[in-house]
Amino acid sequence: MTPISWYLALSAVLFAIGTVGVLTRRNLIVVFMAIELLLNAVNLSFVALARGLGSMDGQVIVFFVMAVAAAEAAVGLAIMLQLYRLRETLNADEVTTLRW
Amino acid sequence: MSIPLFLIFAALTVASALVVIIHRNPIYCALGLVSTLFLLALLFLGLEAHMVAVLQIIVYAGAIVVLFLFVIMLLNLQVEERAMVPRPLIAVAAAGGILLGALVLVGIAQTPLAAPVPVHADYGGTEPLAERLFTTYLLPFELTSLLLLVAIVGAVVVGKRRA
Repeated sequence: MTPISWYLALSAVLFAIGTVGVLTRRNLIVVFMAIELLLNAVNLSFVALARGLGSMDGQVIVFFVMAVAAAEAAVGLAIMLQLYRLRETLNADEVTTLRW
Repeated sequence: MSIPLFLIFAALTVASALVVIIHRNPIYCALGLVSTLFLLALLFLGLEAHMVAVLQIIVYAGAIVVLFLFVIMLLNLQVEERAMVPRPLIAVAAAGGILLGALVLVGIAQTPLAAPVPVHADYGGTEPLAERLFTTYLLPFELTSLLLLVAIVGAVVVGKRRA
């Protein structure tokens, strides 16, 4: 049986990759995918710790995270669709109307 | 899950996660995301979270990524010339990411974790999950349904063409 801490380590690595993705990509859709990576890294932590404790609570939280991620993806992609119609671009550097 | 199997899955997961953030073509990024999510579902199976693994494939790999692919193809996004921020900023971001990962890894290495306790045969199945969902977590569960309703209405209102 693999130790729980190995799963947590993999989760940390995935979270770091997702963070770098959010910081470095310009395409808003890819930034969104990196955010999904972050959510999944945390999900892995939840499931691993739930298994370590022999409790189901962590898995229930993962269920909620998935529901929130689905809601977030639907609204976020609708916003991007509208943004593309308005600006013909999804480049985060060119959408600066709200930038101070 | 045995250790060699875990190492193979972990390496593949990290590789497909890197494809998501590095590839210039958004379609390949989405395919990398699908692969990452499938491999995570396999890791969930290794942790005896059967129901969550199935949900991961149906909801994440099935619904959410299809939504991503749908939008990418609808907008006909091509390979980008300038997919990334300028090079010095990439270096700073990568250094920050490595630092973040290293910090968390040190934290994990220093935390004593007990060996996993033995669990029942039905651990991670539909029944114990549903039992928690409809007793302890009933209020969050109902709020989730409200959240999804609001998200659907919001997505339709935002997404529709102005008349």
